[in-house]
Amino acid sequence: MIFHAARVSAAELERVTGWALKPEGLCRDERCVPFTGGSDDAIGLADAARALGMPLVEESRAGLWALGPRSGGKALETATLPDITLPDLDGGLFRFASLRGRKTLIVAWASW
Amino acid sequence: MWQELRTELYPRLEIVTVALEARGSSAARPWIEKANPAHPALIDGAHVLAALGVINVPTGIWVDEAGTIVRPPETAYPRQPAFKDRVVPAEATPLQREAIELTRRLNVDADRYVAALRDWVERGVASRYVLSPDEVVRRSRPRPLAEATAAAHFALAQHLHGAGEDALATEHFKEAQRLHPTSWTYRRDAWAIAGPDHPAIYGTTWLDDVKREGVENYYPRLEL
Repeated sequence: MIFHAARVSAAELERVTGWALKPEGLCRDERCVPFTGGSDDAIGLADAARALGMPLVEESRAGLWALGPRSGGKALETATLPDITLPDLDGGLFRFASLRGRKTLIVAWASW
Repeated sequence: MWQELRTELYPRLEIVTVALEARGSSAARPWIEKANPAHPALIDGAHVLAALGVINVPTGIWVDEAGTIVRPPETAYPRQPAFKDRVVPAEATPLQREAIELTRRLNVDADRYVAALRDWVERGVASRYVLSPDEVVRRSRPRPLAEATAAAHFALAQHLHGAGEDALATEHFKEAQRLHPTSWTYRRDAWAIAGPDHPAIYGTTWLDDVKREGVENYYPRLEL
């Protein structure tokens, strides 16, 4: 989850991480974590990372920041498949949520 | 590799392949175009699937009609891979012989895996291979802070590689590997980018790492 600034809009944070700024805090699906440190226009990544339990890594030489996934528990916090969006060969975006209604086998592979 | 099984089981089962390729679609394109799959074939440059606990390939995840994971990441081969039956050529060097013999010993149980998959497709929730949500979470990998931080470093490395900043990218690939030393995907994708010089850059090889970590741990035995 890559960012080009240390402060981002709530819309940018939601687009990249799936966590939305709401009156209850930062929310994703049915879950919310308390968060009072930002506005729609500006959320500090470090503040959001702390609230969400995500590591934040800065690469100052390139002006980049990266968030890792939430830590401290299991890789799968629940058995619900996250709504991950990935591109196909032609750059078209595919949402895992579109698979609802059919059994699916997701296979990770590589050419290397 | 999966198209044959997809043809057999679709529309009762969809298959989605995800290529973990920090080089992006260019690395996966020849394989995908040759396979000409009817199923979605996606590209995961930043290894987003690592967040679900994917640390090696090929890895399968079963998801039911409601979007619930019913089996967490586990080794998934659709058929016995050729390396399991590979014969050592007479002209093989000692190193080549060792690599072939070691690869033959990797835990692969394609027949059992595919039989279980067919059982799930046939019986649905009544299949004995369907795990409860609690068991899926219990079987998924722990994610300590170091491994979550490794994911951020790998995403940075992949982004920097794409931007042509290979020296910086290598620093972050190395940090991802240091923080998540059991991830084969972080290692092998970075090695693929480095090419034949990767032992000099990363200080190790696949053969050395498999021997050090134990051949039985490369693909954990299936717990079906």
